[in-house]
Amino acid sequence: MKRRSFVKTLALVAALSTGFGSAEALAQAKTVKVGVLHSLSGTMAISETVLKDVALMAFEEINAKGGVMGHKIEASVVDPASNWPLFAEKARGLITQDKVAVVFGCWTSVSRKSVLPVFEELNSLLFYPVQYEGEELSKNVFYTGAAPNQQAIPAVEYLMSKDGGGAKRWVLLGTDYVYPRTTNKILRAFLKSKGVADKDIDEKYTPFGHSDYQTIVADIKKFSAGGKTAVVSTINGDSNVPFYKELGNQGLKATDVPVVAFSVGEEELRGVDTKPLVGHLAAWNYFMSVKNPANDEFTKKWAAYAKAKNLAGHKDKPLTNDPMEATYIGIYMWKQAVEKAKSFDTDKVIAAMGGQTFTAPSGFTATMDPKNHHLHKPVLIGEVKADGQFNVVWKTKGPVKAQPWSPFIAGNDKKKDEPEMIKTAAAPKK
Amino acid sequence: MRIRLFLVLLVWLAAGLGATAARAAIDPALVARLAAEDNDEKVAAIAAIVATGDPDAERLLKSLADGELRHEGQEITLNNRVRRELEGAMAALRLFAPEVEVRRRAVKELASGAEDSLLPLVRKALEREADAALRADLQLIAAGLELKSGDKAVRLAAVRLLATSSSPAVKTLLLPLVEKSEPDEDVRRAATDSLKLVEARLARANFAGLVFSGVSLGSILLLAALGLAITYGLMGVINMAHGELIMIGAYTTYVVQNLFRSYAPGAFDAYLLCAVPAAFVVSAAVGMALERSVIRWLYGRPLETLLATWGLSLILIQAVRTIFGAQNVQVENPSFMSGGVEIFTGIVLPWSRIVIIAFAGAVLVLVGVLLARTRLGLFVRGVTQNRAMAACVGVPTARVDTWAFGLGSGLAGLAGCALSQIGNVGPDLGQAYIVDSFMVVVLGGVGQLAGTVYAALGLGFANKLLENWQGAVIAKIVVLLFIIAFIQKRPQGLFALKGRAVEA
Repeated sequence: MKRRSFVKTLALVAALSTGFGSAEALAQAKTVKVGVLHSLSGTMAISETVLKDVALMAFEEINAKGGVMGHKIEASVVDPASNWPLFAEKARGLITQDKVAVVFGCWTSVSRKSVLPVFEELNSLLFYPVQYEGEELSKNVFYTGAAPNQQAIPAVEYLMSKDGGGAKRWVLLGTDYVYPRTTNKILRAFLKSKGVADKDIDEKYTPFGHSDYQTIVADIKKFSAGGKTAVVSTINGDSNVPFYKELGNQGLKATDVPVVAFSVGEEELRGVDTKPLVGHLAAWNYFMSVKNPANDEFTKKWAAYAKAKNLAGHKDKPLTNDPMEATYIGIYMWKQAVEKAKSFDTDKVIAAMGGQTFTAPSGFTATMDPKNHHLHKPVLIGEVKADGQFNVVWKTKGPVKAQPWSPFIAGNDKKKDEPEMIKTAAAPKK
Repeated sequence: MRIRLFLVLLVWLAAGLGATAARAAIDPALVARLAAEDNDEKVAAIAAIVATGDPDAERLLKSLADGELRHEGQEITLNNRVRRELEGAMAALRLFAPEVEVRRRAVKELASGAEDSLLPLVRKALEREADAALRADLQLIAAGLELKSGDKAVRLAAVRLLATSSSPAVKTLLLPLVEKSEPDEDVRRAATDSLKLVEARLARANFAGLVFSGVSLGSILLLAALGLAITYGLMGVINMAHGELIMIGAYTTYVVQNLFRSYAPGAFDAYLLCAVPAAFVVSAAVGMALERSVIRWLYGRPLETLLATWGLSLILIQAVRTIFGAQNVQVENPSFMSGGVEIFTGIVLPWSRIVIIAFAGAVLVLVGVLLARTRLGLFVRGVTQNRAMAACVGVPTARVDTWAFGLGSGLAGLAGCALSQIGNVGPDLGQAYIVDSFMVVVLGGVGQLAGTVYAALGLGFANKLLENWQGAVIAKIVVLLFIIAFIQKRPQGLFALKGRAVEA
């Protein structure tokens, strides 16, 4: 009896020690795979490439501080090449082959719509860092960019105000896909609710990659003869460069016809001569020029990272922008949620995300809404300065709660402000 | 805080006025109001400063506009509204400048919309103005402001005077009168008549702008297609890598620009002049290398050529991506190509596009001369018309093929150089133009330079007219549908070769 128990104890000790040994070995090699899904080529590369870089910077930073729950982040970076179906294919690859715990990615709404079924089917997690049109709430997606009420509506309200120039007529100009179309639908309804007649709204679309804006700028001029006009631009990608060049060349000044853009930030204006563009506006939740300790740290880290990694363009002139900030917030919030849930499991992380906070570079504390998967963020409106930075001319007092279902689209009042928590329909049944 | 601002002001005055600093300055309290948080306050302060009539007012406002005036070491933030007031105020003050040129610019500035508060200044300027043309413009500005006068007779006179204007700003002023706000029937009728006249003038100006943008697009299409007109049109090679040769020209421009920036920053504006021959030579060299190594083995087998050149285009794209990165690179315009020239009020023709139109014309003339007047041109025409006979009389047909292909490729390079000035330069640049280029060549008729010119300009106009009418997306679709229908009806294109050459 005694002897037996001794053997048992011995065995137990042996087992424990080897167990510990291997656990220790694991701790050194413990990693978690994370996907980065941004276009590194094609028309959207101008905007998305830096998001990949800022994500890698955040991973490096987290790894240097011990990783997520002791797991080192290992990034899987893929290039969906501004090709929407390829986004879905690459997303599936990331989830099923690379077995990533979470994906940070997408810029255009059309790419998000393309990957959405994949994330829902495989019950995985996507952090989407760009302002968008709303009209969507998926349990598998966290939206760290702005909803229309956090960007589009306040911007238009500002332009209507005395300080914004008191615009009476509106040109809604965008790239032809779901985000500009939906945003403009919301804006049209909003403008109508403010008493703007249909004849005072001109909606225009151009294809992706469009580069000849002569007629459009001439048309804006013509339209503006009918009364104080403002342009709301939802042009996405590298078309913005020829658009702003044409604005400058044709001498359309911001004091006469201000252009407010929703997808143009510091990065898109790089390489455009901004002197003729002074005063044109952008609405975001963050600008590189805001002054606060969190932003100083963020921009400094980015400058050092760009230099160390020899990032083209940024190594000489480091720029940060709103979607970069949103990516950064998203990554840290995911880390916090994983640590709170003590698991990488999708459903547990989703449950832990609500209520997460992060001191954002915007100078405000961003909070994840407990229910609707969107951030509470401040709204800033900036005017372009001669050096390509933005001068904040208007901002909200504090963070604003997102309304993914805009009240300006019929039928939205009945929609619930939280994703449907149906058990994933096509959960693997093997 | 006021004291500090006063100090700043003093420094500014001392710097500006030197010995005359003792002169009475603008009330510092007024200047301090410029730094107010509230924009209403700023605007009121600007108006008050203008009203003082102080000779230094303009310089003070200018330093504010340039962001040089500081308040407690902080830049004073301006927004569009304040900037507009500021520009108007400065222009009004400049109406009294001794130089005619300064006054002319000020009048132009005010003509695009002056604030009501400036009416007394404008009237005063009108009394002093000696230049007849400027007087007429000033009268129009004054009339625009008098539209809000309480006196019916004044309004009526103003409305009648405005009929002679051709400025879009006047339309903006007259429209509300016509639509609602004018209580008096006579004035409203006069306003309607004036508005019609102004609008007719504006429509003419707009049409001129539209014609220009059509020519501009046509010239770009022409540049892109001219090289293809030689390689495909004359030689019959379906060159799917044509777009990539354009792209190589654009990247050559980028490289030349960078060389100038690092080694001759003083002569930066001249980089484009060097980039033109460089783009031609590099693209031509790449084209000739392709011809020697791949394409010449495939003459007479169009399908294989198509496949092979498509493969080459992918290789070239990937090569550029590997060397320069997948992101667009920035090609800056030389300073003489930014901005534009105003032909009518509100219609600005950008210099970049004017230069490209001229460049396209020059390239066209050179190619025409080269083909019609030189020995190489003679050989190219001989070989394309009857290869066997040309060989018999001693034309080195293989070498002529290479040269002709090099010429076509070099022209593509020139197109790339021009495109880099108005569009984005990235590895996919060529893809956007290959379809357009083939469209132009096929529509114009294979084997014809003249056809290419007509087709390019025709498509340019059609595209711009449709875009003006139905938007860019629809325009593109309609143009493609039209070409499909046209090719069905007339497969040989607009201008077809006639006679035996067709069968050869």
